Amino acid sequence: MLQVEGVTVRYGHVAAVREATLRVEAGELVTLIGANGAGKSTLLKAISGLLPLAAGEIRFEGRSLGNASARAVLTAGIAHCPEGRRVFPQLTVRENLDMGAYLRRDRVAVASDLREVFALFPRLEERRAQAAGTLSGGEQQMLAIARALMSRPKLMLFDEPSLGLAPTLVERTFEIVAEIRRRGTTVLMVEQNALAALGMCDRSYLLETGRIVQHGTGDEMLANPHIQKAYLGG
Amino acid sequence: MSARIYPWLFVAFLASVPLWIGNQYFLYILTSAGIFIIAAISLNLLLGFTGQLSLGHVAFFGIGAYVAALSTLGFDLEFGSARFVFPRQPVWVGFFAAILVAGGFGLLIGKLAFRVRGAYFVIVTISFAQVMRMIALNWVDLTEGPMALNNIPPLSLWIPGEGVVGFFKKEYNYYLVLVLAVLSYLLVQRIVRSRVGRAMIALRENEPLALSVGVDVTRYLVVATVVSAGMAGMAGALYTHYIRIVDPDVFLFIYTVTMVIMVVTGGKGTLAGPVVGGFIFGALPELLREVASPEVQWILYGIAMIAIVFFLPQGIVPALAARFAARRGPGAKPEPEARAP
Repeated sequence: MLQVEGVTVRYGHVAAVREATLRVEAGELVTLIGANGAGKSTLLKAISGLLPLAAGEIRFEGRSLGNASARAVLTAGIAHCPEGRRVFPQLTVRENLDMGAYLRRDRVAVASDLREVFALFPRLEERRAQAAGTLSGGEQQMLAIARALMSRPKLMLFDEPSLGLAPTLVERTFEIVAEIRRRGTTVLMVEQNALAALGMCDRSYLLETGRIVQHGTGDEMLANPHIQKAYLGG
Repeated sequence: MSARIYPWLFVAFLASVPLWIGNQYFLYILTSAGIFIIAAISLNLLLGFTGQLSLGHVAFFGIGAYVAALSTLGFDLEFGSARFVFPRQPVWVGFFAAILVAGGFGLLIGKLAFRVRGAYFVIVTISFAQVMRMIALNWVDLTEGPMALNNIPPLSLWIPGEGVVGFFKKEYNYYLVLVLAVLSYLLVQRIVRSRVGRAMIALRENEPLALSVGVDVTRYLVVATVVSAGMAGMAGALYTHYIRIVDPDVFLFIYTVTMVIMVVTGGKGTLAGPVVGGFIFGALPELLREVASPEVQWILYGIAMIAIVFFLPQGIVPALAARFAARRGPGAKPEPEARAP
């Protein structure tokens, strides 16, 4: 479904990602693990058209995304659920969700997707008229995920969905990611929490200082001595 | 009774003012405040809803003023041996030309400046206003420089039963400004509540996120600049035909500052903000003139400004909206547009 081949991304003269190659097949849940600053988020942003490629090629469903704009990538069916400031704080919950469907013209389907999203996140329906900035951190994260779903993506990119959340919410977030995949959306997730990420994924890639140095199924990666030593505290 | 009716009651009240106000001087103050309110409404679209600070906004106002004046007066220019004569045009041709030309400059500035946003936009707009002032001062063949363009005819309109009437009377100008201010308000309201407006607010709030949900950020910033510039140009044209003289001082920085003050104290990013701020800071200096000496006037003006910024940092309208919502109870939905960053 998604092929990333030899992708290099630079900030000025510094290459944050070097010749990264990975693929995601339809229906898979693939994770990208690695330490802070390894280039995980950068690679995700490059896939979603928020950063230009210095070299390499990205293909989605056989079509080249080249240096496509964020709009084109979204239209092709890839949604990005970013890290950090994830919502439009002064817009209401409902308006945030509408922004997720910003490029869609099929109003009937958008309305039914909205009902589905509210069914998945009842809290958001209760707070639909509230400004998103007044939600708790966990609720904001749910809203960010819900908003990304509103574009009805074929492939969903999650950037550190557990970052800055309380432990119980971290677990809940991963459950939701798994649920989204079960409903048929392919997932590529960047996650620092290697144990959780490897436990739930089909396959995983390990990124170190901008290069992909390992990849394999979740179990293979969990059994890898280097990963155990450096990322699993074993 | 729906809350929607209050703004219209306010408009009806304003419409009744010439009927009972005895002092024509107050009508003059309200009319010039109204012209500045239109300019402030236009600035608010940029500053309040897209979050871009145009510190050269008066440039669009001044361009509108000069275009309206020059088209109604006509002009001729000599380029070496070639002579270009521009004949006098009807006032409304000049009026619409002012909107179009100012909007065109908005397109130019928007395209240039938004390649590099934020601080650079501020610098580009300031420089633009200064360059316009220099042109108005030094291109004497066209603008008469500091001697000013004068004898500009007032706007005129065909009124049933009276034929074509020149707007020499204060009431006519007052009503004209009132109607155009209401139209400007409605236009901005329409934009802000549309999909385009939602996108503008989204990019003010979180630009990377707006990009990632597919908002074409640059395009909407340019659209906002064009509409805003055209509206400011219209205010400039009104000013020209009302005051009937225009000199390079219309490009003074202080007028931009006045507009920014109106927007910020009233509540940037709210529809009513520039109207409230415009009434206070458009009329206050003139009204104070009645009761205080010039030094005291400006001191009071400054104190009023500091007090508002200090006690109501969001502006007057959001502060009132919050108080109103609190009184109606926690379930009350705040005015959807009452959101200042």
